[in-house]
Amino acid sequence: MSDVGYIRRHNRPLYFFALFYLAFLYIPVLFLPLFSFNDAIYVAFPIKGFTTAWYEQMLTNEPMHAALVNSLKVGAASSAIATMLGIFGAKAVTKYRIKGEKPVVSVIMLPLVIPGIILGVALLILLSRIGVTLSLYTVTLGHILICVPFSMATLMARFEGFDKSMEEASADLGDNVWWTFWRVTLPLVAPGVIASLLLCFTISFDEFIMAFFLAGTEPTLPIFIYGQLRFPQKLPSVLALGACILVVSFVVVFVSQWLQRRDDPAAQGLGN
Amino acid sequence: MGLSDSTAIAGTVPESRRSLAARLRVIFMRSESLRGYALLSPTLIVMLLGMCLPFALMVAMSFWTQRGFDIDISFSLTNYGSAISSPIYEALLMRSLAISGTCAIVTVLLSYPMAYYVAFHVHRRKMLWIILMTLPFWTSYLLRIFAWKIVLGWNGVINSGLKSLGIIDQPLEFLLYSPTAVVITLVHAWAAFAILPIYVSLEKIDRSLLEAAADLGDGPVQRFLRVTLPLSLPGVIAAMLLIFVPTVGDYVTPALVGGPDGIMIANMIQAQFGKVNNWPMGATLAIVMMIVLTIIAVVYIWLTRKLAEWIS
Amino acid sequence: MNGNDAYIRIEKVSKHFGDVAAVDNVEFNISGGEFFSLLGASGCGKTTLLRMLAGFETPTMGEIYIDGAAITGVPPHQRPTNMVFQNYAIFPHLDVRRNTAYGLRTEKLDKAESNRRVDEALEMVKLQGFGDRKSTELSGGQRQRVALARALIRRPKVLLLDEPLGALDKKLREEMQLELRALQQSLGITFIFVTHDQEEAMTLSDRVAVMSGGKVLQIAAPKEIYNRPVSVEVADFIGQMNFVDASVTDLADGQALIDTAGLGQIKARATEFAHKGANIVVAVRPEKLTLSKDRPAGEGNAVQGVISTAAYLGDRSHFYVTVAGTDKPIAVAAQESDMSDGQSLGADSAVWLSWSDEAVVLLNRA
Repeated sequence: MSDVGYIRRHNRPLYFFALFYLAFLYIPVLFLPLFSFNDAIYVAFPIKGFTTAWYEQMLTNEPMHAALVNSLKVGAASSAIATMLGIFGAKAVTKYRIKGEKPVVSVIMLPLVIPGIILGVALLILLSRIGVTLSLYTVTLGHILICVPFSMATLMARFEGFDKSMEEASADLGDNVWWTFWRVTLPLVAPGVIASLLLCFTISFDEFIMAFFLAGTEPTLPIFIYGQLRFPQKLPSVLALGACILVVSFVVVFVSQWLQRRDDPAAQGLGN
Repeated sequence: MGLSDSTAIAGTVPESRRSLAARLRVIFMRSESLRGYALLSPTLIVMLLGMCLPFALMVAMSFWTQRGFDIDISFSLTNYGSAISSPIYEALLMRSLAISGTCAIVTVLLSYPMAYYVAFHVHRRKMLWIILMTLPFWTSYLLRIFAWKIVLGWNGVINSGLKSLGIIDQPLEFLLYSPTAVVITLVHAWAAFAILPIYVSLEKIDRSLLEAAADLGDGPVQRFLRVTLPLSLPGVIAAMLLIFVPTVGDYVTPALVGGPDGIMIANMIQAQFGKVNNWPMGATLAIVMMIVLTIIAVVYIWLTRKLAEWIS
Repeated sequence: MNGNDAYIRIEKVSKHFGDVAAVDNVEFNISGGEFFSLLGASGCGKTTLLRMLAGFETPTMGEIYIDGAAITGVPPHQRPTNMVFQNYAIFPHLDVRRNTAYGLRTEKLDKAESNRRVDEALEMVKLQGFGDRKSTELSGGQRQRVALARALIRRPKVLLLDEPLGALDKKLREEMQLELRALQQSLGITFIFVTHDQEEAMTLSDRVAVMSGGKVLQIAAPKEIYNRPVSVEVADFIGQMNFVDASVTDLADGQALIDTAGLGQIKARATEFAHKGANIVVAVRPEKLTLSKDRPAGEGNAVQGVISTAAYLGDRSHFYVTVAGTDKPIAVAAQESDMSDGQSLGADSAVWLSWSDEAVVLLNRA
C-alpha cells in the first residue's frame, strides 16, 4: 500500500480493537447455530454431540409454520406499501424545492426516534376504541409506519444523485409523468427500490415490540418465538429456527446493502 | 379589455379567457412547492394520520380512569397524580434513564474507534466492513437478546466455559438477570446506530485538513483532539440520542435478561396493557415517558449546540 | 401576424426564483426556420428562457406562443419542441437504438416503420451502425449525436439546444458547428441555441440575442452585433473593443463631431443619443485600426503613440499602444498581410494609429 499517505498509515492497536469489536458483534449471535446442532435440551457447555433432530422437529412444527407464513405475509405487504410511500416521499423532496421541507421530512422520520412501545400502545388504543379487531392487517399498519422512514432514507440517498435531466428528456420526448416514471425513473433507481423492499421486509419480519400489541390471534414469527422461550424443552427447536432466520436475513441484508452502497462513493472511500 | 387588465398577469391573453382547469394547471406548474407537496401527500397523509390520531387518543385516554373492567371517560388527573406520587414509577423511570444513558455512552465509546478505524485505516473493501459492522443489527432482535441469554446465563457460555476451565467453582450470578446484562445486550443490539453516524461524520472530514494540521506542527494526538474529534462530534451527538431514546422504551430486553433488578419503565407500561389491565394508567405512563424523553432530548441538543458555539 | 415571420413569440416573459429575476421582462420573436442563438455569460437567463420554451420552467409573468398558440400550462410532453440537453441526458439503461427510438412510443408505429425512422435519424447524425452500442460506451461527440438523433426523430418544429457543444474539445466543436448548421438548413426547422461562446453564436446563427442579468441587450444578425453593438456591455462581450471617453461638440449632416480623450477630434455617424454636448463613449475594434511608422497620407483620423506590448500570433499580431490622454493602452490587431514593416514594430517603437470614420461606433456612456 505505497499509496497510503502519512496520515493514513497503519495502526496496529486499532486494528486489533476492530477485530475484537467484530468478535463482540458476531460471536454471541453465532452461538445460535452452534447450539442448534447440540444434542442436548439444555443450552450450556460442554457440547454434547452433533444432531439434526431440532431441525427435523422444526420441520414438523405446524404452529411455527403458520407463524412463518403470517410473518411472510405481513413482511411482503408492509415492505411493498412502505416502499411505495417511500418512493413518493423521496421523489418529492429530492425533485422539488419544497417550502418547509425540513420539518415535513422530520415528521415522516419521527418513528425512527419514537420508542416502539409508544407507537405500539398508541395504535392499540386507537384501534380498540374504533372497534377494529386486531389481526395481521393491524400489524401491517404498524409496520408500515416504522418502515417508511427507512425506505425514505434509503431511497433519498439513491434519488439524491439522480440526474434530473433524464426525466426532463423523457418528458421532452413525449412521455407524461407515469410513462416517464415507468420507462426512465424506475429502471434507474431499481437498485434503491430493491434495497428498500429488502430492508423493510427484514424490519417487519423481525419486529416484535409493536407486533406484540397489534397482533390478534394469529401470531407472527417473533411472537411465536417469544412464546416458546418460556419452555426449556422447546428452546433447541427455536434455536434451529433462529439459525435458519439468521442465515436468510444475513444473505438478504447483505444483498440489499450491497445494492444500495455499490455506487455510493462515500461508502467506498473518496480517497481511493 | 378593461375588466381583464387586473387579472392579465400572464401577458396579453387575459386569464379569464382560459379555462379554469388550464388556469389551475398554470398555478400548479408555477409553484414548485405545490407540485412537491402533491407528490409527497400520500406519504405525508399516511404518516400524519398513522401517528397523530393514535397520539391524540392516547393523550385523551391518559385523562380517563379504569374502573374494574370499564373505562370512565370523564376528565381526571388521577393517573398523573399517581404517576408522580408513586415512588415505584419514579424509580423505574430513573433506572431506565440510567441504563439507557450508560448504554448510549458505552456504545459510543466502543463504536468510535471502530468507525475511526474503518474511516481512516481501511482503504480497500470499505463497503464490506460497513456491511459487516451493521449486519447483526438487521437480524432478529429477539434472537440477539436470546443469544446473550445463552452467553450470560447461569449455565451459559461464560459460566460453563469458565467452570470447565477451572477458573470458577460457582457460576457468576451477576451476569444474567441484572442491569449489567441489560446494558451489555443493549450495547450489542444498538451498535449499528452508533457506528453509522460516527462513521459518516468521520468519512466526511477532508483529509487535507489533517495534513494541514500536521503541516502546522500537530502530532497525531493533537491532530485527533484538535481536528478529527471536533469535526466528528455531530455524529457522536446524533448517535447518543439515537440510542438513548429508543432504548428507554425497550421492554423485551429487560424482560428476557433483566431479572427483577433490571425491569424498566416500559415493562410497567406493557404490564398496564397486559395483566394489570389499566390502559389509562399505561397511556399516562407512556406520555410521562415521552415528555421526560423530549425534555432530555431538547436540553441535550441545546447543551451540545452551546458547547459547539463555545468551542468555535 | 403572418406565421413565418413570428413563429415563436415571447411576450413580456419574466421568471423569478424567489426574489431573483432570472429572466426579466423579455420580449422578442423568432421566425420559422431560423437559427437563433441566446448568447450570454452563465446566469444571464438564457438557459431559463430555453427551459421555459421546453416547458421545464413556467413563466412567472408573460406568455410564450408557438405557432400562434399560448403554451404556458402545456406540459413538456405535449409541446412541439425537442431539446438537446447540456449533458445530453442519454438514458444509461438503454442502448443507442432504444435511446433514439424513445420518443416514438407516442406515435404508435409498427416495428418496421419505427426501425426505418431510427435508421433515418441515426444516418442524419452520421451514427449508422452504432445502434447496438451501449450508451455508456460512447464518446462525448457520439453522445452529442445520439442526443441530436433522439430529439430529431420526433420531427419537432423547434429544436432547443442547451450548450450542446460545451463539453467537446475545440476541434470536435468546430466540426460539429458546421454539421449543425448544415443539418438545420437541410431540415428547415427552427433551432434555438444557447451558448456562452460568442464565436460559436456568430458562426452558426441567423440572429443572436445577447443576454445579461435576465434582460435582452440586443437582437440582431451576428455581423450587425459585431459592427454596431448598441451598448458598451454588448461590445465588450462580443470580441475585444477599445473604449475612449468622448463628448459631442457639433452635429452636421448626420455626422457628429466628437472630441475624444486622446484620439483627438473625430467624425462619426450620429446616433439618437449623440446630441450636442452629450458625454459618450467612442468604440473601435482592434482590427479596424492601422499601425504605421510614419503619419499616413491624407486627411484621415490619425494619432501618435508608443507601443507598450507587442505579441506575434502567427497569422496576425497584437499590439498595445499607449496614447497620451487615454486611460488605457489602445489594442490593435494587425493581419500579417497588412504589415509590410511589421517585423520592425517592437515594444517602445513610436507609431501612428489611423482609422476610417466608419470604424468608429458611438455608444451611450454607461
